[in-house]
Amino acid sequence: MVTMSTDSSTTIEPMSLADIAKEHGDAGVTNREAVFQVNDLAVSYSGNVAIRDVSLDVFENAITAFIGPSGCGKSTLIRCFNRMNDLVPGAKIAGQVLYHGKDLYADDVDPVEVRRRIGMVFQKPNPFPKSIYDNIAFGPRVLGLKDDMDGRVERALQQAALWDEVKDRLKESALGLSGGQQQRLCIARCLAVEPDVILMDEPASALDPISTTRIEDLMHELKREYTIVIVTHNMQQAARVADMTAFFSVEVSPDGKRTGIIVEYDRTAKIFTTPADKRTEDYVTGRFG
Amino acid sequence: MSRRTLKGGIFKALLLFSLFVGFLMLGVLLVDVFHDGLPYLDLTLLTNPPSSDPQQAGARPAILATLYIGVLLLLFVVPIGVGTAVYLEEYADKTRWYNRLLEINIQNLAAVPSIVYGILGLAFLVRGLGLGRVLLAGAMILTLLVLPTVIIAAREAIRSVPDSIRQGGYALGATQWQVVSRQVLPASIPGIATGSILALSRAIGETAPVIMIGAVTFISFDPTILGPFTALPIQIFQWVRLPQEEFKLLAAAAIIVLLAILLTLNAFAIYIRNRYRRTW
Repeated sequence: MVTMSTDSSTTIEPMSLADIAKEHGDAGVTNREAVFQVNDLAVSYSGNVAIRDVSLDVFENAITAFIGPSGCGKSTLIRCFNRMNDLVPGAKIAGQVLYHGKDLYADDVDPVEVRRRIGMVFQKPNPFPKSIYDNIAFGPRVLGLKDDMDGRVERALQQAALWDEVKDRLKESALGLSGGQQQRLCIARCLAVEPDVILMDEPASALDPISTTRIEDLMHELKREYTIVIVTHNMQQAARVADMTAFFSVEVSPDGKRTGIIVEYDRTAKIFTTPADKRTEDYVTGRFG
Repeated sequence: MSRRTLKGGIFKALLLFSLFVGFLMLGVLLVDVFHDGLPYLDLTLLTNPPSSDPQQAGARPAILATLYIGVLLLLFVVPIGVGTAVYLEEYADKTRWYNRLLEINIQNLAAVPSIVYGILGLAFLVRGLGLGRVLLAGAMILTLLVLPTVIIAAREAIRSVPDSIRQGGYALGATQWQVVSRQVLPASIPGIATGSILALSRAIGETAPVIMIGAVTFISFDPTILGPFTALPIQIFQWVRLPQEEFKLLAAAAIIVLLAILLTLNAFAIYIRNRYRRTW
């Protein structure tokens, strides 16, 4: 995987998204178990519908990408998977999100418990103003996992490919790391609580190309053990990393209200080579967006 | 010189003049106080109780009472102030009318004249609760006086912790209490500490409410929490009122002590603010 991304970035003739997508992605992905099943989901903020009519399955040990223009509700959707929208005053969710067959929004489900299993990495790296070690240890500590903390911290940093860079300065502030390192620290922090799913909301949009490549390589590594959902603005990134891609668009009603809708959801190779919908084709070929 | 440049120059001169007025007044005050008080600033002042003989008179009970009040005040005001601030910033649903009412009230409380707090203390603490004219009542009423300041400072500090930190905490499966106690509060300690120290220095310079609840002016023994007391500003006030010239000089020396305490506290607050200043 590492060699592939290096190749694509050193090619002189830029590869088309279709070529990139054909080289990547797992053809048999749709045969896997569905981790999330979304049925007729709609999210509104204080009565304004941000996204509606979403139905899709997220498959295990695969990377699912959400792409689309700004305001299409892709970030809103990803935040439904770990109930982060609960923290937004006025947010309302209609429809169903099943996680391994169980309704995530059932009355007996504790959002705190949901978030420990379904981790999240944010757009802007958000290390805590603490040492590198304490950043990683925060998750296990709040969950009461106190045994072998050193081992947990080391494993998480190893998995996030950050250990070698920080092992000699674990006690130093995480705020002294570079942006790319901070984002890998946030990924490590998420891994330290041993989640089942990792949600990434534009994880590389604030990073330089080299750091972006490292994050993408990391995602390829991580999908062996985790299910990953990523929101991205960068179509190259979706083509490089994702097995499944959902394309979202914005529908503007006659009175000017903008609502996100899902246009097409399929294997990434299909979305970027032979999309079924004209709007998807226009977007991935750069005629719109 | 063009008209526009001239206007700019005049404006700058006016600004400098404003600055100069403040500094000049402070300078005159300091020179005057030090000139009068310095000869009387000795160990007698710090270790002796008041006396009718200016050579023997000291402010020991008043200094001790001021220190006691300071410690008690911090013990009261920090938990209550921070608790209120955490509730308002982290838990209160701001769309509810009672939370908005609460907010407006706190803003208003900060503007209530200190003498009003004094009357409140006299009515409710000294008489209502039957505490009597004791040091504890003084500390409590000063707590109420500076509570709004501490709440406002603590809210500022809590609000300056970016939301991304809270979200990061929640995303790892932390509860609201864990996010508040392990992320938000530690990150806002510098702001809370600075605000609390400044509130403390305001409180121990206050005279009116303490006189109102009946701090007596002649106390020749060390204060206790549940006993009668006097405070440094009151001791100064009392000495200034006496006819003998020496007592006025003694008052100047006591002012130096009070100023030293206040400036030390303020310097400490500035140090904390600079030491822990953080850019997110």
